[in-house]
Amino acid sequence: MPLLEIQKLTHRFAGLCAVSDFNLAVEPHELIGVIGPNGAGKTTVFNLITGVYRASEGSIKLDGLELVGLTPHQITRSGIARTFQNIRLFKELSVLDNVRIAHYGQIAYTPAEALLHIGRFRAEERRITNQALDLLSIFKLDEMAGEKAKNLPYGLQRRLEIARALATEPKLLLLDEPAAGMNPNEIIQLMDFIGWIRKTFSVTIILIEHQMRLVMGICERLVVLDFGATIATGRCSDIQNNPKVLEAYLGEEVAI
Amino acid sequence: MAKLSSTYENIQEHWHALTDKKYFWPLFMIAGIAFCMAASTFEFLDLYLQLILIYVGINIILTVSLNLINGYMGEFSVGHAGFMAIGAYIASLLTVHVFPPTAQNLLFPLAILAGGLGAALVGFLVAIPSFKTRGDYLAIVTLAFCMIVKSVLENIDAVGGPRGLLGMEKLTTLPWVFFWTALSVWVIRNLVYSNFGRGVLSIREDEIASDLMSVNTRQVKIIAFVVSSFFAGIAGGLFAHALQFINPRMFDILKSTDILIMVYLGGIASISGSIIGAVIYTILLEILRPLGVWRMVLMPLMLVLLMIYRPRGIMGMREARLFTPLRDFVTEKLWRQKKKEAGDATP
Repeated sequence: MPLLEIQKLTHRFAGLCAVSDFNLAVEPHELIGVIGPNGAGKTTVFNLITGVYRASEGSIKLDGLELVGLTPHQITRSGIARTFQNIRLFKELSVLDNVRIAHYGQIAYTPAEALLHIGRFRAEERRITNQALDLLSIFKLDEMAGEKAKNLPYGLQRRLEIARALATEPKLLLLDEPAAGMNPNEIIQLMDFIGWIRKTFSVTIILIEHQMRLVMGICERLVVLDFGATIATGRCSDIQNNPKVLEAYLGEEVAI
Repeated sequence: MAKLSSTYENIQEHWHALTDKKYFWPLFMIAGIAFCMAASTFEFLDLYLQLILIYVGINIILTVSLNLINGYMGEFSVGHAGFMAIGAYIASLLTVHVFPPTAQNLLFPLAILAGGLGAALVGFLVAIPSFKTRGDYLAIVTLAFCMIVKSVLENIDAVGGPRGLLGMEKLTTLPWVFFWTALSVWVIRNLVYSNFGRGVLSIREDEIASDLMSVNTRQVKIIAFVVSSFFAGIAGGLFAHALQFINPRMFDILKSTDILIMVYLGGIASISGSIIGAVIYTILLEILRPLGVWRMVLMPLMLVLLMIYRPRGIMGMREARLFTPLRDFVTEKLWRQKKKEAGDATP
């Protein structure tokens, strides 16, 4: 049974069809790339999956649970976490707090216990602090735990964003252009890093990228979007030579 | 010099070790109340000074609670005086009309609590528009709320209409003010250093990202508004029984502005800042009283200068060590230590 099943997903912004008839079935532990030129509707698909937008039509099912109509935090708690194209950390808060906030869905104390610091509060706080620090040390960010997120260098901010997403204990991780603003060397490191995350945290990953050659190395399957429509799906090697994909990227072939 | 600074650090360490003890805060409360009781029974502080301290306490409650919305959550609420009015009227009606005159002293905390709960209930209702509106629009909603409260009170004859309500005994004493002030500071500090408090902060930073990181933003907003308006109601009840007279005009937008000034003077998102802001503003207004009308020229001028030289207020976004819990401090300290070691190693 697929982990994530998207059927006939369509979304319109006041007449403009941003995503039309999008279908995707993701098996557990797969690594799938969603590619396409700028404005193809890739981020819109992520926003629909995570509940930022409500789909006009279609259904999104995670482990059989219908996600359309749920609020973003309910969807996150059901097991989907994401990062953002333009980094959206809580800039003025410490690195540790950024990760601790992501534990919000897992805390077992009530607001009353939090107001008076009684009952399960202390034990729970200790638990999430330790968990957050463990996660940060896996990502080699523990030495920065007290630093404000905005003071981190760009690469570490990207890393922290992934750590924060993993703190919500997802089954499915959505990465929105993780390679944006990186040089070719850093991109190669990033690809290893993503493969490592998939193994260590045993998560399924969907990756958005508009530079096609980057995803070729690590993704098992690709979905190519152009103007909201799915123009090709399949293995990397098939996609590479697909005339429709080449057309979307390079423009139509003209006889001279 | 080196010795002096190390002595200072030593004292600081000891002080922190002391304040982190489990029994520090209960003991601090008992000692404070005992001091205030002694002060009000033996009158070694004169009555004028006591009255100023009462107003300082009430203003601290108002500032800390508004800071939760305007500082920590980053919304802009100007309706705090409205919540204060609700607390003041409920508490006063209870002590004047409901409670028997013989048991006033005994039942006074109940009246104050009822005022706080009434304000909290209304705070819950005001939280609902904050799900949809933000920034300037929430300011308009809360401004409207403040005006509604004032006009409703002016048009109910049972509470005295525009003439106001009187007949309260002077029940707000220094020990009670100390108790409620310490309670409000303690509770709001507890909230801020819990995961719900971090949720409040994350709404200020990026509401959509916060929702996507599993924070139930609606729940967080309700908690923040309910707690904030609860303490505004408490402050209202104390205010009514300190002045022994209230009318709807006291709780108009100008009162809200006063509280806003204290919040931004002390600094947003800081409990120590709120306390400093409330203390400085209240005391300065008293000190400058001999200047008469010029006071209202000098105070705004000082605010303008403050905003130029310290745009985030005195303690903006920073917190005194006294209010941060030990575990937060330890991680920060570890980090600083490692940073220092790394700094020593490089040259």
